[in-house]
Amino acid sequence: MATTNAYQKIYTQLEAITKATVTLKVNGVTNDELATVGGRAAQVVKIKGDSVTLQVFAGTEGIPTNAEVEFKGEPPTLNVSDELAGRFFNAYGEPIDNGPAIEGERRFIGGPSVNPFRREQPSQLIPTGIAGIDLNNTLVSGQKIPFFADPDQPYNQVMAQVALRADVDKIILGGMGLSNDDYLYFKQEFENAGALNKIISFVNTTDQPPVERLLIPDMALTAAEYFAVDKNEKVLVLLTDMTLYADALSIVSNRMDQIPSKDSMPGSLYSDLAKIYEKAVQLPTGGSITIIAVTTLNDGDITHAIPDNTGYITEGQLFLRADTDTGKVIVDPFRSLSRLKQLVINKQTREDHSQVMNTAVRLYADAANAKTKLENGFDLSDYDLRCLDYAKEYSTRLLSIDVNISITEMLDTAWELFGKHFTKAETGLRDTLIEKYWKDKK
Amino acid sequence: MKKATGIVTGIISNLVTVHYDGHVAENEICFIDLGGVKLMAEVIKVTGKNALVQVFESTRGLRQGNSVEFEGHLLEATLGPGLLSSSYDGLQNNLETMEEVFLKRGEYTAPLDHSKIWKFKPLAKAGDIVYAASWLGEVMEGWLSHKIMVPFSFKGEYKVKSVAAAGDYKIDDTIATLINEQGEDISVTMVQKWPVKVAMTGYTSKPRPYRIMETGVRVIDTLNPIAEGGTGFIPGPFGCGKTVLQHAIARQGDAEVIVMAACGERANEVVEIFKEFPELIDPHTGRKLMERTTIICNTSNMPVAAREASVYTAMTICEYYRAMGMKVLLLADSTSRWAQALREMSNRMEELPGADAFPVDLSSIISNFYSRAGIVTLRNGLTGSVTFIGTVSPAGGNLKEPVTESTKKAARCFYALAQSRADSKRYPAVDPLDSYSKYLEYPEIVNYLNDRIDNKWVEKVLQTKNLIRRGKEVSEQINILGDDGVPINYHSAFWKSELIDFVILQQDAFDSVDCVTSMERQEFMLTEVLNICNMNIEFEDYEKCRTFYKDIINLFKQMNYSEFKSEKFNNYYNQIHKYLSNGNN
Repeated sequence: MATTNAYQKIYTQLEAITKATVTLKVNGVTNDELATVGGRAAQVVKIKGDSVTLQVFAGTEGIPTNAEVEFKGEPPTLNVSDELAGRFFNAYGEPIDNGPAIEGERRFIGGPSVNPFRREQPSQLIPTGIAGIDLNNTLVSGQKIPFFADPDQPYNQVMAQVALRADVDKIILGGMGLSNDDYLYFKQEFENAGALNKIISFVNTTDQPPVERLLIPDMALTAAEYFAVDKNEKVLVLLTDMTLYADALSIVSNRMDQIPSKDSMPGSLYSDLAKIYEKAVQLPTGGSITIIAVTTLNDGDITHAIPDNTGYITEGQLFLRADTDTGKVIVDPFRSLSRLKQLVINKQTREDHSQVMNTAVRLYADAANAKTKLENGFDLSDYDLRCLDYAKEYSTRLLSIDVNISITEMLDTAWELFGKHFTKAETGLRDTLIEKYWKDKK
Repeated sequence: MKKATGIVTGIISNLVTVHYDGHVAENEICFIDLGGVKLMAEVIKVTGKNALVQVFESTRGLRQGNSVEFEGHLLEATLGPGLLSSSYDGLQNNLETMEEVFLKRGEYTAPLDHSKIWKFKPLAKAGDIVYAASWLGEVMEGWLSHKIMVPFSFKGEYKVKSVAAAGDYKIDDTIATLINEQGEDISVTMVQKWPVKVAMTGYTSKPRPYRIMETGVRVIDTLNPIAEGGTGFIPGPFGCGKTVLQHAIARQGDAEVIVMAACGERANEVVEIFKEFPELIDPHTGRKLMERTTIICNTSNMPVAAREASVYTAMTICEYYRAMGMKVLLLADSTSRWAQALREMSNRMEELPGADAFPVDLSSIISNFYSRAGIVTLRNGLTGSVTFIGTVSPAGGNLKEPVTESTKKAARCFYALAQSRADSKRYPAVDPLDSYSKYLEYPEIVNYLNDRIDNKWVEKVLQTKNLIRRGKEVSEQINILGDDGVPINYHSAFWKSELIDFVILQQDAFDSVDCVTSMERQEFMLTEVLNICNMNIEFEDYEKCRTFYKDIINLFKQMNYSEFKSEKFNNYYNQIHKYLSNGNN
């Protein structure tokens, strides 16, 4: 652990300046330590002999070669205590809501990982009221899952909705490259819900330097670990938008002359993202950290390095898609996945959950096939037509993100749709379930 | 030799430059002193008096001038009784004995319990001539007879001077004294060390694999079997069920010892193994799964450099048990993460990159690793084997990327997971046509299969593949020309392949019966399915054809969910035959 120097020496001779870094001759600084360069926050990223390279978060525009460099002797920290609740901070953990500075224990951000052997298996369902999530892609505490969405989709709204409906003790927002409008939207939503006292926000808006974003997830997760580990609370962390975070990574690695790998991303992208997402954890003492993130896509392309690496790290993904047949934004049942749903469905939900979920999606797939047939000019059978009718109702009444009902109601709605559009045999549901839940057409 | 020392002169992330004094070796281990905390590192490049080392921990707080001590040896695994059922990190630190919730930097725990008492039984006697890997004695490690062997690092011939009498010993107690060719006494304990990046030898020959390793997964065992001592890999985009398939193989594989290397993957997946394996039952022996499993776990958030170490540590443990005559299975998930760790280091060392910025020697590193698997004949005539199955996580799901291509050159079985199959929930999503097993071309394996299962087995397997291929061809035609635009026999061909797909290829990993299928049962089901395919039933129209096969598929699926040859199973079987005789009227 770094020790704080009793006196801080000031250096004033820069050897090299790039858009994001400065290099100077200095002895005795430690790796990762913070500094200020001409009053701007910076961090040591490279030491070579007595030549030290600093990454200047706010960029180096206007930094002169005689700028004052002052080393802090330690990596970035956050003061943690219960006072964090209800407050808004910037990427350095400084209040931006005109409130007082936080008094509490100073903790280094980006701390160590949980011993996998000491983890618990995630087991608590997090209901959101959205059937596209609860019914088809159930969330579990301790899970990490991103929304994959094109920039024109209302991902921040859906995420705010999910957060406010979820039964958790704390919600921590990590906003990276958030537009000022979206920042105000979150603030407004949290205030309206009267939930401000359980919300903590770390925000970097688009008008702030992009490299500062790199601190946001670690700040948010250090706060999350305080509440989950020290206070045994259930914490939900919202990270938006991780694509902009990754873009900032690529800027830095580029300035450090690193050889880019796929899509100009740094070769360490996977590890960099994993370090963040793997902070999601179910602790043996009852506390948990659940991460819901947003990864914006370029025209639905999930093969791009950012969503691709994310998909390998997270426990599933939630796809938002505009359904042109109904005009609704839906959670795409085909491309979405919650890897942990098996841990809770039929256990904390009704016995028919898994069968109903699979059958409903299968019939929706049949409808998609019927639609293709229609588009290719083939005749539709009676079954095809019924599938199409069913798909419209399924989309509006269950998949749409504006749905807000309990899981039992979702299951009942699905049974109602089965009874309305199909015969028992066509659903292929298990006999014992049909006897109990089948609803004949009214 | 005096150990070298040095001081830190440069730091970029976990790549540290050390100015050393004395002599250092490539891949030598050193410890960097950070205010009393010792950080383990490995030499990866030496230029002049500067050694570049990769640190297995976070380098936060490290500074120029920190002192470094070199150890004079490479990264080693500690081998002895107590490995089985343990959970280690990539550097073989015991995760169970770490008390705290968070991993502490510089905390290294002993791989083996030095105070545990083992009941030793001698196998060699005074006067015996022994070599590296010869068995001196044994202790019972749970159910497994753990052989205490002459250390693998011993060269040449030794004469046994004495072996400890049967009784209670700790791993550090001397259990034998050997005399080397120079006439010196050398004492041997139950524990030995071995550099993980070096292949362990000590066997007399490594023949071609000649029998298969059953996994209970039909799409593997029936269509593309893996040989015992063979190699295979599973590439697939995320969400295609790589991990589910690998866990299924870990649960059901017909091996005596299983080592799972979780390399750079999700922690919660390892937690699942930690929680479930002590409860689940091994279908072959009835014992708890954990009793035959060792876990090496370096999850994606653990130090990157230790990822590489984790797969080598796992392989070394496998080779150690192989030398006891065990049938060992190594599963590594995923080797892409290891390759990425190599890429990160190569990048920091500013080496000229190969394809996708991976190091240029990636291909040779991978094939070198895969070549450590194999079935071997031990000095005493018995055999032992290491079968290796790795997963690969291709970037963007594109199989034409360097890791997949390099692995394809090294592994003999290829189990391609197809996004299209996963999308239509046809699990396991192994593509039946793209995948292959080179072992089906080995005459010794063909003979083994025909002897073991059925004298026409391989012929049947090839016929099945052909039916699937035909089905794929006609389904494309049907899609273009429409249901009415093709002859009825096209529909028959398509539905025959669907029958094979639903009954043989698809398997429910979450169903207690369907998840594992014995070879006898696979033979029975494949024969039944092929009989129907060979009947060449005539249909009036395609609707009748579809209904017929759908009904048959449904009955077969019910069979898959029933215990083999149970009353329920036989009932469905009879229903199928009744249905067939009616349909033929």
